[in-house]
Amino acid sequence: MSQPHPLTATAGRSKGQVADLHFMDARSKLLDLAAFLDRLERATGPEDHRVRGLRAALPLLLAAGDDRVAKILHLWSDPSSAPIEKADTKSASGVWPGIQ
Amino acid sequence: MRYIEPHGHMVSRTTDDYQAMAMAGCAAICEPAFWAGFDRKSADGFYDYFCQLTQHEPKRAAKFGLPHYCWLCINPKESEDMALAQDVLSLIPQFINSPTVLGIGEIGLNKNTRNEMKVLEQHIELAVKYDQLILVHTPHLEDKRKGTRLIMQVLKSHAKVRPERVIIDHVEEHTIAEVLDAGFWAGITLYPESKATPTRAVDMLENYAAQRVWLNSACDWGVSDPVAVPKAVVEMRRRGHTAKAIDSLVYGNPVRFLSQSPNFKDPQALLS
Repeated sequence: MSQPHPLTATAGRSKGQVADLHFMDARSKLLDLAAFLDRLERATGPEDHRVRGLRAALPLLLAAGDDRVAKILHLWSDPSSAPIEKADTKSASGVWPGIQ
Repeated sequence: MRYIEPHGHMVSRTTDDYQAMAMAGCAAICEPAFWAGFDRKSADGFYDYFCQLTQHEPKRAAKFGLPHYCWLCINPKESEDMALAQDVLSLIPQFINSPTVLGIGEIGLNKNTRNEMKVLEQHIELAVKYDQLILVHTPHLEDKRKGTRLIMQVLKSHAKVRPERVIIDHVEEHTIAEVLDAGFWAGITLYPESKATPTRAVDMLENYAAQRVWLNSACDWGVSDPVAVPKAVVEMRRRGHTAKAIDSLVYGNPVRFLSQSPNFKDPQALLS
């Protein structure tokens, strides 16, 4: 396995220092996410797989560990392993369409 | 500050972008062949594109004091058309000896189809035959993990591919460890919406600041930022990383990988 190689500055960083650097940015993004969910609430029609994926990821934010980003990206990934016969689009949506 | 932009699609950018990059400390730019945002209809379009990459764009970059290098291929987004792909692959050898060509790239997968896999294998054969470096594009979003694994299977199954001469680009938190563990170089792409932000990139660097990682903007015709790498440098400074560590990442690492091509010249050496 790849061994982490923390850069020198990482070792002595306190939670307070991290909050000083990044709290306002995280606060802003959390409020944007809340506003997005409110906007969806006011919209009509069924929810699509992208929003299902987003909702499925929310509990991971409160789980323990320091690998939340990786866990969310794994959750949204196509779980299959074989090449597909042919693509019907060039683009990706952000969440595997089969997600429950 | 000095840095290398190892992945920028400058044919899609303005001279203002060249100016901004030069002012931010960019010392050289490397441009992989890319999808134009629409499907080209014939190999003639690629012939012109390869001329643009090897002849015209280096002159445009030189006006800003920037050495310009390129990579050649048909992008996986256009690999579904096997006939077109064969025609384009047959064009590449006549450009491969151009003095600014670094290798074959950005090859890889887009939607992880069988045809994309076949064209990927043919590109790898071409790189091996002409002893070229390889730059790999990994798929977007939900297709990335599967595509990265398929690409690595193909690369690892070829006896003549040396992982240290391959960079697998656009890694994220769920793919970086597998790429590094397999011995390849890893590229982290800084995008405003997809791929990685500067803050996430620096998190990854702090966790996997291995000797085989580079940062790039992959700026192109879409939502992207040609000075994303300097913004990641600012983030590293904010966190207290030393000038030496930063220089090693954004200048030293690209130079170490790219210098495996005889065509790449360390920009610092060119100045002295």
